[in-house]
Amino acid sequence: MDRHVPAWPQEGNSRVPYRMFSDPDVYRAELDRVFLGPTWQFLVLADELPAPGDYKTTFLGETPVIVTRGADGRVHAMVNRCAHRGNLVCLKHQGHAEALTCVYHSWSYDLDGNLKSVAFRRGIGGKGGMPDSFRLEDHGLRKLRTDDFAGLVFGTLSPDAPPLADYIGNLIGARIGRVLHGKPKILGTTSQILHNNWKLYVENVKDTYHATLLHTFFTTFRVSRLTAGGGVLIAEGGGNHASYTRGKHDTVGREGSDKLYADIQSMRDGLRLADPRLLDSVEEFGDDVTVQILSVFPNFVLQQINNSIALRLVLPKGPAETELQWIYLGFADDDAAMTERRLLQSNLVGPAGYVSMEDGAVGGFVQRAIVGSENECSILEMGGHEHASQETRTTEASIRGFWQAYRPLMGL
Amino acid sequence: MELGEVVRRLEIESLYAEYGHCLDADRLEEWPDFFTEDCAYRVISAENFEAGLPLGIIYATSRNMLVDRVMALRRANIYEPQRYRHLIANIRPLNGTTWQDDGTGLDLSANFIVVRIMQDGAASLFATGRYVDRIVRHDGAWKFARKDAVLDSRQIDTLLAIPI
Ligand code: FES
Ligand SMILES: [Fe+2]
Repeated sequence: MDRHVPAWPQEGNSRVPYRMFSDPDVYRAELDRVFLGPTWQFLVLADELPAPGDYKTTFLGETPVIVTRGADGRVHAMVNRCAHRGNLVCLKHQGHAEALTCVYHSWSYDLDGNLKSVAFRRGIGGKGGMPDSFRLEDHGLRKLRTDDFAGLVFGTLSPDAPPLADYIGNLIGARIGRVLHGKPKILGTTSQILHNNWKLYVENVKDTYHATLLHTFFTTFRVSRLTAGGGVLIAEGGGNHASYTRGKHDTVGREGSDKLYADIQSMRDGLRLADPRLLDSVEEFGDDVTVQILSVFPNFVLQQINNSIALRLVLPKGPAETELQWIYLGFADDDAAMTERRLLQSNLVGPAGYVSMEDGAVGGFVQRAIVGSENECSILEMGGHEHASQETRTTEASIRGFWQAYRPLMGL
Repeated sequence: MELGEVVRRLEIESLYAEYGHCLDADRLEEWPDFFTEDCAYRVISAENFEAGLPLGIIYATSRNMLVDRVMALRRANIYEPQRYRHLIANIRPLNGTTWQDDGTGLDLSANFIVVRIMQDGAASLFATGRYVDRIVRHDGAWKFARKDAVLDSRQIDTLLAIPI
């Protein structure tokens, strides 16, 4: 950031000026420097495009992108902007096509974005048409680099992004691999419009401190304890993280009160779920980790809450608006009981999720509260000032890690 | 139209009217009573519904799960004060079925519009869609054995707390 933005507070990553969440100049700069910069962003699941010609549209930040399965069987991605005069090439959210043809003047591209034909290129009756100097090969769609990690296809427009496996890193890569242990099967999708800056949602995802405080469902119905073991893994560079909770998978009707929660009213009331089947989970990953929330900088989230698995993509839609897309997964070899278990557990997450609905609103509350306080700062000192892995969830280390990765990209 | 069918239609009209009024009046504790004990209730996007994807934004397979949903809204979940106003109309038998009751129930479709009103008075068109329902006669009253609230849009503004 060059333009009249004050220097970052001397406390470093443990202070964040509120203007970072509302300033249109900051937003404009990060579309270029973060989303079109040297970062990898989730595009599709490889299995969403099984056959050559299958395509889907998505975004790098606000830049529209087409993702295809090419005739060569590989996944390709291009900016969804016609090389002629900038029209959207693909209008549908997803579909199947032999070629990508722009509706405006019928310029047509192959599935990897090379311009193959221009309507009336030679004119009509010897009149009009393109000059001889016009070469099709100079005017393809702008291509992204794409790469696949455990069936997740990521893309970048930057030649400077390191190879995807290095960008994700071994620490976090192994935590993706443990969740995506089979051929994925999509159970459904949903989307939320959040009235807050995209970074407020990303901070929330990385905020292991708030989980049992903002979301009281598990404690109200006595199915979890803050004292359950857990921690947060933070990749070198800070941007990627995985938080985890250890526990047992027989949480239904857990008895015995916990001293930490002795003062919570519902514990004394003995509230119980009338039908606790949505908490009936099975050990699936072989490691007693009941919850793992993982992020890859800047805007990808992989969630495992018991047997509920979902991908989340955080798409910026303006300084104070964000679309949060969810893709819920099972695996091809799930039996009917496992699918039903995942569907019931999906009540925990999403727009109406018992332990996630607050996340849809809290960013908007912050967004409303910071108006007029753009030069004041939030405090991120839980767990110290570093952004290294910790064996506790009562820490904001992973949020500091986000800013550690973000600031150099923005020159802040 | 035979008299039995006229009566049945009026009863069903009233069932939907009462259902909407119950939610809009914040009488959430009474909402599970509109369902059978082993009911299925989902809020699902049309996109998922039409693609045969089972995922519900809310996915319940018993009346007790609806009781739990209300308990969570009252005791556990945190959301800004808000109300709904349901408009439910165009009730008719699902394609291929009739108003006749052969004793096993009726398959119905009805359109809904839900306006959400926040505490500051801001009202917005929160949801539109259709119910795809099965109702059965139970102890002299119609109950929902299955209710899918199929949302036209895939996008939910902020969050969905109160059921549709
Ligand atoms: S803008 Fe696409 S063909 Fe003209
Ligand atoms: Fe949360």
